[in-house]
Amino acid sequence: MSKNPMLLEVSGVSVTFDGFRAINNLSFQIASAELRAVIGPNGAGKTTMMDIITGKTRPDTGKITYGRPGKNLLKMSESAIARIGIGRKFQRPTVFENQSVFDNLVMALKKNRSPLDVAFYRRSQEDIKKVEDLAAEIGLTEQLHRMSGELSHGQKQWLEIGMLLAQDPKLLLVDEPAAGMTPEEREKTTDILRKAAKTRAVVVVEHDMEFVRRLNCRVTVLHEGSVLAEGSIDHVTKDQSVIDVYLGR
Amino acid sequence: MQNTFLIRRQSVLVFIGLLALFTIGATLLSEGLGIGLVSTSFVKTLGKTLCLCLVALAMDLVWGYCGILSLGHFAFFGLGGYMIGMWLMYARTEQIVINSLANASLPPTPDELSDAIGTQIFGVVGGSDIPAVWTFAHSLPLQLALVVLVPGILALVFGWLAFRSRVTGVYLSILTQAMTLALALYLFQNDSGLRGNNGLSGLQNIPGAAAVSQDLISIWFLWASAFALGLGYLFAVWLVSGKFGSVIRAIRDDETRVRYLGYSVEAYKLVVFVITAVIAAIAGALYYPQAGIINPAEIAPIASIYLAVWVAIGGRGRLYGAVVGAASVSLISSWFTSGQVPDLPLGFYTVKWVDWWLVLLGFGFVLVTLYAPQGLGGLFDRLVRRQNP
Ligand SMILES: Nc1ncnc2c1ncn2[C@@H]1O[C@H](COP(=O)(O)OP(=O)(O)OP(=O)(O)O)[C@@H](O)[C@H]1O
Ligand SMILES: [Mg+2]
Repeated sequence: MSKNPMLLEVSGVSVTFDGFRAINNLSFQIASAELRAVIGPNGAGKTTMMDIITGKTRPDTGKITYGRPGKNLLKMSESAIARIGIGRKFQRPTVFENQSVFDNLVMALKKNRSPLDVAFYRRSQEDIKKVEDLAAEIGLTEQLHRMSGELSHGQKQWLEIGMLLAQDPKLLLVDEPAAGMTPEEREKTTDILRKAAKTRAVVVVEHDMEFVRRLNCRVTVLHEGSVLAEGSIDHVTKDQSVIDVYLGR
Repeated sequence: MQNTFLIRRQSVLVFIGLLALFTIGATLLSEGLGIGLVSTSFVKTLGKTLCLCLVALAMDLVWGYCGILSLGHFAFFGLGGYMIGMWLMYARTEQIVINSLANASLPPTPDELSDAIGTQIFGVVGGSDIPAVWTFAHSLPLQLALVVLVPGILALVFGWLAFRSRVTGVYLSILTQAMTLALALYLFQNDSGLRGNNGLSGLQNIPGAAAVSQDLISIWFLWASAFALGLGYLFAVWLVSGKFGSVIRAIRDDETRVRYLGYSVEAYKLVVFVITAVIAAIAGALYYPQAGIINPAEIAPIASIYLAVWVAIGGRGRLYGAVVGAASVSLISSWFTSGQVPDLPLGFYTVKWVDWWLVLLGFGFVLVTLYAPQGLGGLFDRLVRRQNP
């Protein structure tokens, strides 16, 4: 445990939308170099959980601390949370379609983000190299100078993951990265994520059980806004309550 | 990569080249320095048009690139005009007063002087005291600083309040309209200190240059306006072609996503809003000495809407589009409203273009929106792409 200290601690978080409790007394922890899969039926609150961590939704109660010494995320803006090292990939791929893959990645590179610094930014050889390496990692070397809007669905997903990696976050939240991908694309996505998790924490929300099995990591099952079960994939798939609400359907 | 940059540079060279050719051409044909084919009043129209192109450029930056549909940038334009107008009017009146008192037996005391100036300027609104807002009007450098500072600070305060509360889209547009309306209504009051609905006049007379003819002054302003437009264009190209441009276009397309990249969207919007307000103010400060008069009606909400229409017709998000839109629409508009276009007798009804021009403009706007949503610039781009695919 001391070798792998906690990075994110969510405790007792609840959020209500118009009387509907989407997250109900949710608690869990993520260690600093951990790959974690989060599964759960539609509407279980997986996306909402990410919204809360990244500052989009403010919970009614609960606490979220991040890093060492623990910072209270509930007091920070979305952009500040991103700057201290939490990156997020959305469920629907969102890249800037009117800009090239290269420009998308340059924008995401970990750099000073104040308007003045950005206005006088000149891309260095080193940055170009970084972007090219990233493009190689996500398999978009050939597409580097194409408009992102021209990419296939899978390529857009990878570009978005690449943009996350460019930010060099300590915690990566990935919402359904394999949705709409072909089996080969899924395999490649698994590789990218597993590799990313060697040096940072990665939380992957996914529906697809095969995909989760291939990630080969600890699994958290969410149901009605709280944790139903947690453990290895074999452990949770044997859990009767999980079978009842999720797998049995 | 290299390639796109070269193309961009080329287009900048073309733009600056055309602008220089235009200015030199107009000079050679003018009454002031050329063969007199182009009247001085038309030289002024051309100079004013260049200023309108500059404010349209600002509008394109804030709307076309950053996605903030501000319907208040003409307020900044007008404020720039007021700020320079105060110096023009004060300094010139001061000269006149000094000249007329020169023959008096006793030299005038400072009080008498300021009283005489006050009466001259504020007699129309029934006052003779010089209001506090005119404190710096005696000094050109100070008043020039105010050209930048007053609209800049207004934009800063307004933008800070609006963006911080995440007002976007149509609500922001309405808020900017409210801002111009409030400003215009304030200026309409006689006790606003800026001569109410009389506005500031005689601005074409440049203090200290009484001996210079308007023919020549019009050329000076034409060149100054062309220079400002050229500089503004270079600045805008520089701003949008780098990473800053990338970020603001990203904000336009999906501001939430930009937030999760760690950029403070509000700060960027504020920077763009203030910079463009200052550009608009500089354009206004060059425009009104050529127009000769400014009054609160210039700041009416509709003026800012026209500005958006010009940019939409010219084509958003491509700087030259804003220039083309502003130049063509404002020149055609001044042609139609000058009464030079013959009326169209339809037998049962005579179309007077002075009145019907707006209908025509509205119709044109609808056509562009329906059939060329990218504006004239978009048509041009398509043409270029067809020629060298
Ligand atoms: N802004 C909101 N306003 C109202 N209800 C919301 C809001 N966001 C989420 N919900 C509700 O909260 C519940 C949890 O939604 P959430 O999107 O987190 O589910 P999910 O686990 O991501 O589901 P999926 O697998 O379909 O993506 C849903 O019932 C949803 O309708
Ligand atoms: Mg979801």
